[in-house]
Amino acid sequence: MQQLAERQRGFAAALLDPGLPMPDGLVGPDGEPGPKRFAVYRNNVVAGLTETLKDAFPAVHRIVGTDFFRAMARAYVLVEPPRSPIMLDYGAGFPDFIRQFDPAAGLPYLADVARIERAWTEAYHAPEASPIDPGVFMAIAPDQLPSVRLALHPSLRILRSQFPALTIWKMNVADGVPAPVDLAAGGEDVLVVRPQSDVEVRSIPSGSLEFLQALADGKPVLAALEAALIASSHFDLSANLSDLLRAGAVVGYSLAPDTRRA
Amino acid sequence: MPLPSTCAKDRIPARGGVGLKAEHYRTIVESQPDIGFFEVHAENYMGAGGPPHRYLSAIRERYPLSLHGVGLSIGADRPLDEDHLQRLNELIEWYRPGLFSEHLAWSSHDTGFLNDLLPVPYTAETLVRVVEHIDQVQNSLGRQMLLENPSTYLAFAESTYSEIGFIAEVVRRTGCSLLLDVNNVYVASTNQQWDPVAYIDAYPLAHVQEIHLAGYTREADDKGRPLLIDTHNRPVDEIVWDLYAYAVGLIGPVPTLIEWDADVPAWPTLKQEADRAEAIMLATKPEAVRHAAAR
Repeated sequence: MQQLAERQRGFAAALLDPGLPMPDGLVGPDGEPGPKRFAVYRNNVVAGLTETLKDAFPAVHRIVGTDFFRAMARAYVLVEPPRSPIMLDYGAGFPDFIRQFDPAAGLPYLADVARIERAWTEAYHAPEASPIDPGVFMAIAPDQLPSVRLALHPSLRILRSQFPALTIWKMNVADGVPAPVDLAAGGEDVLVVRPQSDVEVRSIPSGSLEFLQALADGKPVLAALEAALIASSHFDLSANLSDLLRAGAVVGYSLAPDTRRA
Repeated sequence: MPLPSTCAKDRIPARGGVGLKAEHYRTIVESQPDIGFFEVHAENYMGAGGPPHRYLSAIRERYPLSLHGVGLSIGADRPLDEDHLQRLNELIEWYRPGLFSEHLAWSSHDTGFLNDLLPVPYTAETLVRVVEHIDQVQNSLGRQMLLENPSTYLAFAESTYSEIGFIAEVVRRTGCSLLLDVNNVYVASTNQQWDPVAYIDAYPLAHVQEIHLAGYTREADDKGRPLLIDTHNRPVDEIVWDLYAYAVGLIGPVPTLIEWDADVPAWPTLKQEADRAEAIMLATKPEAVRHAAAR
């Protein structure tokens, strides 16, 4: 009575491995084996997942073109098929896969463009939260500010590229116009956040990434400032706080006294 | 937190509806078209927040909604995913859909989620499994579910039931209702060389609570015979409209959904398809409706 398990094991294995023959007993109306019929399922699975990746990584698709993207996505699908039926989660490992995908080695920024697109998708589906009114925050007494801890929007993502990946991404989204990019021009730090309905992707100045990372780790403003200053002696605290508040990236704060050494 | 009490009635009317696509969110919210209902794939709304939930909440305030699962893997020889059932429960509690449907198919196995509706052999062993799973779904969700007939491209040599015999037995044992996908009837009938009219005649029509319509793509099998693919990427075929009119003549007016999931057209084109289904229902003479009285 274990025929069904055996049948589905064989069916699933052959779907994902084109080197395996079609399982026995899969037939057309004449009772004869129908390889083209089985191929419909093979194609549905792989083409369906490839299409899911194409929708989730449109700039990567535009940069490499349809044929290259299909081949790369197909290779990824075969090593990392989805574990969950929630397709909006699929592709989390695609940026790392691209980084190690030899045929893409000539495009060293491609994985970082993919990371931006993945952050965009995560921000799009992230939980809702209401950004605080910048005016309320600005009313905090200056002597209290160092010990304030900020709650960042749950959609907020930060990432660093040693290439101008954000510039490249912007040129390759729907209305973008590709143009020559100097890959040696230096890296970019990127902030992705969805305060309301729209996902916003922006470049952040040096030190901001360390500042945000410390805040996201629950550290108070003073400790975050120290982390930022180590990264960049030009870090401007008030400009950064003001930008964050205007971006809708802050959803709360606490004045709870911190007795620990920051 | 329940939806505001101002939201549209839960019950799905016997009218035309469409599968809700992100491409149309804005048009629908802004123009508030006159349409019977919307349907969504449950899995597309299993993210925590963001525009999909914002738009669906706004649309649900004005329209009845049905929920269509594509990931439960009811036909798999493995336990149902309890986490997935829990997520369905949460969606149902939040959006209060008038109907919940799933497929006679499997998609999950040890290798992961295969993202397709894969066919099952119609055997006594499969029947036991499917019945167990539907019992579990209905107990977990605390409501009746609708089971959809599949589009299939091949048959299993080991099958001992006909497709309809299998489905009828599932209904008898579980008390579930049915979703009749008329495009699937035509696709499967062509691919398996069945008579689609005889299929509809033999289907347990008294249990049908919803109909699906969609477009298919024509290919050929190894021997040059037509092989239709259930692609949902074009208008409903004329022959499927004819079959639909025939089915409505037997069942009476029933919530009818247009599925158009790839190469999604502009809103008016999609809406016209739903209007056409509604026109067919309205044109159906009451005396022709044999099963309606039992509904």
